[in-house]
Amino acid sequence: MRFHRTAAIVLRQFYLLRGSPARVLPLFAWVAIDMVLWGFLTRYLNSIAAPGFNFIPAFLGAVLLWDFFIRVMQGVTTAFFEDVWSRNFLNFFATPLAISEYVSGLVVSSIASSVVGLAAMIVLATTVFGLSFFSYGALVIPFLAVLFLFGIALGVCATAIVLQFGPAAEWFIWPIPALLSPFACVFYPLTTLPRWMQGIAYLLPPSYVFESLRAILARQAVSQTALAVSGSLAILDVLLAAWIFTRVYRHAVRTGLIARYSAETLS
Amino acid sequence: MSSVLSVSGLCKRYGEILAVDGIGFEVRPREIVGLLGPNGAGKTSTISMVLGVLEPTSGTIRIEGVDLAKDRSQALERTNFAAVYAPLPGNLTVEQNLRIFGLIYGVRELSARIETLLRQFDLEPFRKTKCGVLSSGEQTRVGLAKAMLNAPNLLLLDEPTASLDPSAARDIRARIREFALQGSCGVLWTSHNMYEVEEVCDRVLFLSHGRILLEGNPKTLPGEHGKENLEELFVAIAREPLALERA
Repeated sequence: MRFHRTAAIVLRQFYLLRGSPARVLPLFAWVAIDMVLWGFLTRYLNSIAAPGFNFIPAFLGAVLLWDFFIRVMQGVTTAFFEDVWSRNFLNFFATPLAISEYVSGLVVSSIASSVVGLAAMIVLATTVFGLSFFSYGALVIPFLAVLFLFGIALGVCATAIVLQFGPAAEWFIWPIPALLSPFACVFYPLTTLPRWMQGIAYLLPPSYVFESLRAILARQAVSQTALAVSGSLAILDVLLAAWIFTRVYRHAVRTGLIARYSAETLS
Repeated sequence: MSSVLSVSGLCKRYGEILAVDGIGFEVRPREIVGLLGPNGAGKTSTISMVLGVLEPTSGTIRIEGVDLAKDRSQALERTNFAAVYAPLPGNLTVEQNLRIFGLIYGVRELSARIETLLRQFDLEPFRKTKCGVLSSGEQTRVGLAKAMLNAPNLLLLDEPTASLDPSAARDIRARIREFALQGSCGVLWTSHNMYEVEEVCDRVLFLSHGRILLEGNPKTLPGEHGKENLEELFVAIAREPLALERA
């Protein structure tokens, strides 16, 4: 691994962002809208519900964490899509750039872009709606770490799908967070789900995070085992995603897909 | 003199189709080798395999003695390419693109190298211009500037002058020739412009149906096969490859 090659991938994203308000705005605009929408909704719920339960850390905090996961995932996929849209694969992959350096560049770009989104959400949620991260305690750090790792894993896996099936497969990628959200139990306990959905939820690291988040707010003990399982699952997912991407890349090199990557050649 | 590129027994099969059929050749330092042949002959597949973006079915590729299959990154460090079908991203400026690729190739004193190339390829007025809005000739010059960034010892050029007017094409040919002669760079050049090939190349390889049919000096090769010029020889190979192979 050569650091300067990974830095080149990150620099490319920086140049693209710097020169384009259309790319900068989505980093924080959609998550800010989510914060405002759910902030007012939770404020309203607090006003009509029985006193004693605070919806702000339960719902607004959950939305904030879920949006963070989405931003991490989309940080990876969007950086990859920039190369799809500008048909840049041949230019990049005909250089000494190794696949691990390229993917690392996508991940570092995602960290930078998701931190911007997270900062915007925290500022809005705390200053306007009074969400306090102290209510979650120090556990907010492993929560964020698990969601970050799962976001990276899903982002890398999504790029592998687009690399395998062509640029048009981009439309499979955008709805992935929405498809996962019912199973991730962002807003309700896992026991609410039917048995078969619970089975899937147990395989998803975010479901443990949101279960733990609700346990903290209900002043119940957070299962250390659950946190360990979610962390292990997230790490396993990252390794699996890296393996899938490498396999797909090798297939693309074997078949000549990298050399002729475009919607036309795939159709 | 040891070769910068050594290809042996190179094959590429796409299902039932044999695109490249066991070819072998070398490119030496300060030598420009033309890879010629009709469309579908296997030229771009060969170049893609040398660039490491297409895996050979069999055979070996060595760049400065380094086996591409075993150490891809090291083999490609002093290699570069320009192709009419691989323009640099249009949403970045000329300078930004050169900086990104300079970083990838680990070019030392990158800013100074970029300035030199901007001057050499008359790109100074366009340094802050996005590549997507440049004319095709200007984009070709940017692509060539990128190809020279790491002062490669092996330069692969796939129809580098295809979108240039005759005057600009002559200018570019002169610059590439000068670059190859000055350093220790070997060039593998594909083109359908036989006049250009005759002017630039020291040696040509004629490919047809994935095999090298003829090899030699582009100035003497047509006469050796009873043809008036390189273009006639090209047409003969495209139409009757078997006749020439037997000859």
